[in-house]
Amino acid sequence: MAVTLTINGTERTLDAEPGMPLLWALRDLAGLTGTKFGCGKALCGACTVHVDGEPVRSCSFPLSAADGREITTIEGLSPDGSHPVQVAWRELNVPQCGYCQSGQIMSAVALLERNPKPSDADIDTAMSGNICRCGTYTRIRAAIHRAAGESS
Amino acid sequence: MNGLQRISRREFLNRTGQAGGGLVFALSVGAACTPGGDTAATPPVNGAAEGPDAFMPNVYVNIRRDGIVEIICHRSEMGQGIRTCLPQVIADELDADWDRIELKQALGDEKYGDQNTDGSTSIRRHFDLLRGAGATAREMLVAAAAADWGVPAAECVTRDHAVHHEASGRSAGYGELVALTDGVEAPGTPTFKDPANYRYIGKSLDNIDGYAMSVGAANYGIDLTFPGMLHASIERCPTHGGAVAAFDATAAKAVAGVVDVIQLPDPDPAAAPGFLPLGGVAVLATNTWSAMQGRAALDIEWAPGKNGAYESEKYREELHASAQKEGKIVLERGDAVAALTTADRTHVADYYAPHLAQAPMEPPAALANVTDDGCDVWSCTQNPQATQNTVAGLLGIDKAKVRAHVTLLGGGFGRKSKPDFAAEAAWLSRATGKPVKVTWTREDDLRHGFFHSVSAQHLEAGLDDAGNVTAWHQRTAFPSIGSTFDVNAAGPSAGELGLGFTDIPYAIPNLRMEACDAKPHVRIGWLRSVCNVYHAFAISSFADELAHLTETDPPAFLKQLLGAPRKVNPADDGAEYPNYGQGLDTHPIDTGRIAGVLDTVAGMAGWGRKLPAGHGLGIAVHRSFLSTVGVVAEVAADKDGRMQVVELWMAIDAGLVVNPDRVKAQLEGAGIFGMSLALYGELSAKNGAIVQGNFDTYPMVRMNQAPRAIHTHILPVDAPPGGVGEPGVPPVAPALANAWFAATGKRLREMPFRKAGIA
Repeated sequence: MAVTLTINGTERTLDAEPGMPLLWALRDLAGLTGTKFGCGKALCGACTVHVDGEPVRSCSFPLSAADGREITTIEGLSPDGSHPVQVAWRELNVPQCGYCQSGQIMSAVALLERNPKPSDADIDTAMSGNICRCGTYTRIRAAIHRAAGESS
Repeated sequence: MNGLQRISRREFLNRTGQAGGGLVFALSVGAACTPGGDTAATPPVNGAAEGPDAFMPNVYVNIRRDGIVEIICHRSEMGQGIRTCLPQVIADELDADWDRIELKQALGDEKYGDQNTDGSTSIRRHFDLLRGAGATAREMLVAAAAADWGVPAAECVTRDHAVHHEASGRSAGYGELVALTDGVEAPGTPTFKDPANYRYIGKSLDNIDGYAMSVGAANYGIDLTFPGMLHASIERCPTHGGAVAAFDATAAKAVAGVVDVIQLPDPDPAAAPGFLPLGGVAVLATNTWSAMQGRAALDIEWAPGKNGAYESEKYREELHASAQKEGKIVLERGDAVAALTTADRTHVADYYAPHLAQAPMEPPAALANVTDDGCDVWSCTQNPQATQNTVAGLLGIDKAKVRAHVTLLGGGFGRKSKPDFAAEAAWLSRATGKPVKVTWTREDDLRHGFFHSVSAQHLEAGLDDAGNVTAWHQRTAFPSIGSTFDVNAAGPSAGELGLGFTDIPYAIPNLRMEACDAKPHVRIGWLRSVCNVYHAFAISSFADELAHLTETDPPAFLKQLLGAPRKVNPADDGAEYPNYGQGLDTHPIDTGRIAGVLDTVAGMAGWGRKLPAGHGLGIAVHRSFLSTVGVVAEVAADKDGRMQVVELWMAIDAGLVVNPDRVKAQLEGAGIFGMSLALYGELSAKNGAIVQGNFDTYPMVRMNQAPRAIHTHILPVDAPPGGVGEPGVPPVAPALANAWFAATGKRLREMPFRKAGIA
């Protein structure tokens, strides 16, 4: 089953087995491994990408549903890691093992795009679908405020 | 100076596999570091005809003619920051510039000494080794320069990546000196820098992999690819010790993308599991999804084996019953049994904590390629030498032919010390003649791991009429990790009992500690802080019970229990106590230092302040892995009666600290990890099979449950380094339980607290 979609600004046609989630198409077919597998059931957020600007758990989003749509993954967020969220993540040394952080960053970017000055409660709501086993939540919260231009 | 032998450049290339090629993945992650850097291209040589191309004073340092100092990281990075801290130590002693460092990740090889990244040992047990690696290199460069200039080495100094002779004004950069290093001998015992001159040690340098992690370029075990490789997903027996009775792969083979279905060898039911694969049926496909779909279509009949009747609820009663009976006395001071009979009053309580899974966000994953030349295996392993040995054993080949490459680890927490998943990949690669990547699902991870042990604790205390604790009698019952390696393992080891049990630091005149029987029914393994989890939960909670019983403020009561500042040696009371493999002379159980942590964390939290209605503070202090951490938790019941953790305060005495920010990060993480296991952590079994399968049934603390703040503090203590990755975890659960009691008057004696309906 061939699906044509735009990934990080480039049109791609991916020929996948029926029912394959977007996650595995990105990782195994498109070679974009920055998007991570953590649960396979939309429970942990490690696989978060943007579909037409909206955050989506790609492990539970069929590739077929992405036909004709624009996908942004962590690799496409900026050409050089200069997105304010990426910068804030580094400035506060948020990542420990780093594995969940692609998904965390994609969720944070989506939050800030619709709510440029989120409160702690807004952050809780937007970010609670993303598990970090290393426990970097307080730094993630601070980094989102920093990326929003607020002191943290 | 174990591991500091000099080897040739050629030998280095051979041993680290730099000559190997063919990988299509880009392993470079960030400007100055390369996990799996063992596969990087050989560095260019500056055309000079004479002298060596590079100077490798020991297995951890290689200086190139272009001046780049390659540092070989022999420890695994799983979030604790060792890939930043290890080069900090070496570069500091070497007086190397941070921006002229390149980090390479070592293969599994015994020449590096201990590589098992486990037990919070990377700094505490290797600090002098790493300093020696840098200092040796520095002194040899000085010797080379001094000989060239005809001046005494003692007149030369190192600074800014160069050797200087101030009197003559001569200087030579490290890269220039490489050509002059032939014949320079390594010093027997290098002289370490004066700590006052540390340039990197003690500084919060940024995470060396931070850039790669922020752009999706960091490579973990699950991310690797190899031309022509197959993806494997394995269905394993639901019960530990069971096996495949029969299976039908017809439907699986009909799934699009499936290439093959292969049964793995059954484990020997009479043998201990060790690190070997669990057997089962593997589906191999052209992509991960097809492998998973094919696996779901397998029709397998299982022979459940000897643990097929294991029921964790029933076992819970058995374990409690075991802790009611006299066990093996492992420490005895005075006569606790007699003192209890004459005490003014007594207090008795039982504690329980279930099996846990480490649940790293990256499930176990490994890629192997078996050829006539042996086996290359890339994996997110905490223990590359165990990977090498296990794969060699399973394949029946010389371990020198197994090249165990280490990727970044998406969390480890003890799970990835066990290389069964890498062995699966190696076995399947040989069976198919192709490179194979094995990816575990979350369900695999939660159901087929090496689980943190279940435990019951029975405690009795006697008090005199002034409220002094005169007797403490405790029994611990838990199936031992030793059972994973020896079917005849008789109860817990001294090492396990030394994790928060026989090292109880309280100044109680009559103390008896016993270990009781407990049979294993699952694979038991390490989880971050190991037995300290349940021992600290029971001891620090029970101490809090006694504080309230005697109407004493808990911090004051704990100070009383700790007694006068002194050094405790459990051997004085008959215990066999390994002290985490290090000496009590360098790393004592110092009650004065423990009390210092207690005072600090109580002060940070403003202990004694007026709290909002319904809020409570709880405190716990625990020494583990040669460091002490104190935690104060502020909790409140939310409108549904659930525990809300408002704030945490955490203080650590870890002696010397290499990177304060990474230490603080470990404390913050331990706060959340400790909350997850206290509130939610439970694996249960029915008919021998683990019930939980994913994060819906095995929940983790999420952002909306994270405290408003986790305040951390590192005590400035002039002492050798202690552990950092694990010591933050044990005091969290009792601090929460104690805070809940302060807030609500209800005592929590069983983990997870969810079972009490409050999480």
